[in-house]
Amino acid sequence: MALLQLSEPGQSPDPHSRRLAVGIDLGTTHSLVAALRHGHVESLGDDEGRVLLPSIVRYREDGRVDIGPAAQAAQADDPEHTIASVKRLMGRKLADLPDAGKLPYRLVDGAGMVHIETPQGAKSPVEVSAQILATLRQRAEDSFDSDLFGAVITVPAYFDDAQRQATKDAAELAGLKVLRLINEPTAAALAYGLDNGSEGLYLIYDLGGGTFDVSLLRLSRGVFEVVATGGDSALGGDDFDRALSSWALARSGLAAETPRDKQAVLSAARTAKEALTDAGATELRAALSAGALQVSVDRESFDAATRPLVERTIGVMRKVLRDARIDKDDVQGVVLVGGATRMPSVRAAVRAHFGRPPLINLDPDQVVALGAAIQANALAGNSRDGELLLLDVIPLSLGLETMGGLVERIIERNTTIPVAKAQEFTTFKDGQTAMAIHVVQGERELVSDCRSLARFELRGIPPMTAGAARIRVTFQVDADGLLSVAAREVTSGVEAAVVVKPSYGLSDGDVARMLQEGFHTAEDDLRARALREAQVDAERLALATRSALAGDGDLLSPDERAGIEQHLAALDAARQGNDAGAVRNALDALADSTEAFAAARMNRSIRSALTGRRVEEV
Amino acid sequence: MKIDDDDFTLFALPRRFEIDTGALAQRWRDLQAEVHPDRFAAEGAAAQRVAMQWAVRVNEAYRRLKDPLMRATYLCELAGHPLDPHDNHAMPPKFLARQMAWHEALNDAESTDAVHALDVEVAGLLQQLRADVQVDIDQRRDAAAAVPKLRQWMFLARLREEIDRRLEALEN
Repeated sequence: MALLQLSEPGQSPDPHSRRLAVGIDLGTTHSLVAALRHGHVESLGDDEGRVLLPSIVRYREDGRVDIGPAAQAAQADDPEHTIASVKRLMGRKLADLPDAGKLPYRLVDGAGMVHIETPQGAKSPVEVSAQILATLRQRAEDSFDSDLFGAVITVPAYFDDAQRQATKDAAELAGLKVLRLINEPTAAALAYGLDNGSEGLYLIYDLGGGTFDVSLLRLSRGVFEVVATGGDSALGGDDFDRALSSWALARSGLAAETPRDKQAVLSAARTAKEALTDAGATELRAALSAGALQVSVDRESFDAATRPLVERTIGVMRKVLRDARIDKDDVQGVVLVGGATRMPSVRAAVRAHFGRPPLINLDPDQVVALGAAIQANALAGNSRDGELLLLDVIPLSLGLETMGGLVERIIERNTTIPVAKAQEFTTFKDGQTAMAIHVVQGERELVSDCRSLARFELRGIPPMTAGAARIRVTFQVDADGLLSVAAREVTSGVEAAVVVKPSYGLSDGDVARMLQEGFHTAEDDLRARALREAQVDAERLALATRSALAGDGDLLSPDERAGIEQHLAALDAARQGNDAGAVRNALDALADSTEAFAAARMNRSIRSALTGRRVEEV
Repeated sequence: MKIDDDDFTLFALPRRFEIDTGALAQRWRDLQAEVHPDRFAAEGAAAQRVAMQWAVRVNEAYRRLKDPLMRATYLCELAGHPLDPHDNHAMPPKFLARQMAWHEALNDAESTDAVHALDVEVAGLLQQLRADVQVDIDQRRDAAAAVPKLRQWMFLARLREEIDRRLEALEN
């Protein structure tokens, strides 16, 4: 058989072997990595068996960097340089952070986003996150004693493009190939769906440290369809701490005067909140500059102080259901995700709203990473046909600026991706030869309330009277959620296009500089890695092409077949050498030469799939 | 099955206004299960590109067939009676007068009850229009007759969105 000649002994890895792909939950308070092992998905522990890595990074005077538990231990002694909850700073400018003054670090506006002053210079949130991701990458590679092919990383559903891009940049900096960013609630649903083999509509209630997300998913024969997402990006477990600390201060008559006092009350409130998960009452204690704060708090007082917050989450949930035009009785199950859903009041409220207890059999701290690992395995090409398909949606609407600073929405939020949509615009002045295209993201009517994603110009429009030009603007979002926008004047054919890389992210140059600044990846390592990756890709494409030729070769004319065989032979030759660029070129050439063949095979497969089903139905 | 087949052919559904929405949704998932780019994760860029085009096409058709107004408009277009959404001249004067009255009622409404009352009235009219369009397209096979009704339907659908926004504002 033709396929056997592919694997020469001692050559690159067996193409049948699994690619190691992991799921990473890069969380506000802690992060973790999960992978499939022996057909089961599991979280990976460090050498002491700890699964949760505190998302804390400390930059020391001596040039060393502590990550995770070591950094957490130093938090009280060195708060200025021990960075926690960096996720809140991702893709944000100082102006986006009203509470910046309450943080113990010094923040400055830097390239693309806010930076944090440390003894090792100003660090961007991307670099800090990269330290956490690199630690998890190392953990995974040690666990399997193998190079990592790639990772699916989770983000809150309400992360906008700038925050998503920052997350991708951090992964690149950590030497991780991002297979996909997926939304945290969606990942949780994947974990539950595959675990229980469930069917039907599921609502995911995800209350994290700083954000609240709701997602509605329909599960059907291995297809996970995201029906709707919604949430409140400024509502989380931390707000419960704040509510409780205000309550305690009011009750004691003491005031938190200094930033240190505020931090102390908040920590005490958090401890009390956590204690109240199991106990009916506890003591809230903190040493303040005005004296010792000590207040007894029982669950009833806590619930009363935080009831408005719980009600807000229920309101958001109701709105998501209403927008999707779905009755709550049609929801088959409610999944709770996020440490904050351990609060009994949250569980009771969800139970009261749906008239049935929520699903909590998977650890809310781990469920997101577990789901991400399942999707990573599928995207690495490891899973067998029909096992899992995720049909995701865009979380925020995409549109254009029109006259008067108004937004014309082109693609509505909750639209399933991939998607392409076009709309026609016209000129508003006689003889106008150029048009500015401003791409924005958000739900508000005014451009100033939305986030700017990109600007470009269409030039060379032939002079016409106002309103005569027909400018067709096309938005396309691919399966990765990447947006590209093209504008074309229909009568003359002039066109311009842009692939949107948000202005808040880092430029490719910034990433290259940070990589060069020695992110523990020496240049030789990078080159060797690039060659190995290209060789593995080459082997897989050669294998896929040969099996396609064997199965559907009759779709090709002898000439077409000879052309593909020639490119195959060239690729085989290139991957014997050690020039990564040459392998890539041969890969691209083979891919291009099989484009028409791929289309023909796709048509055949669809036709046969549909015909098969129709026979079944008859 | 070709990528430029019409939506009904693509979804193997009869070219009718009244369709089985359950079958439509299932067909959509089945089609995506065949064409989605993630299904070809192990294959090359060429397969990915083709899959992406198909997946976009399938989603476009699904969106159009799922929404009754878009589906009816599309059926008229297939029958040679495309609808220009900006052409309001054909609107009967009586309907135009009612439009103004509804807008005034919506602007003046101070309570959710008042807005709800308006919503019920509009919903009733929409239901009637939908039934009429169904008869025009499926039974009388007269797409041209459905076109002016679709214009009214479009207007009422937009009005309903405004009502929803107003309700939301009043509730907050």
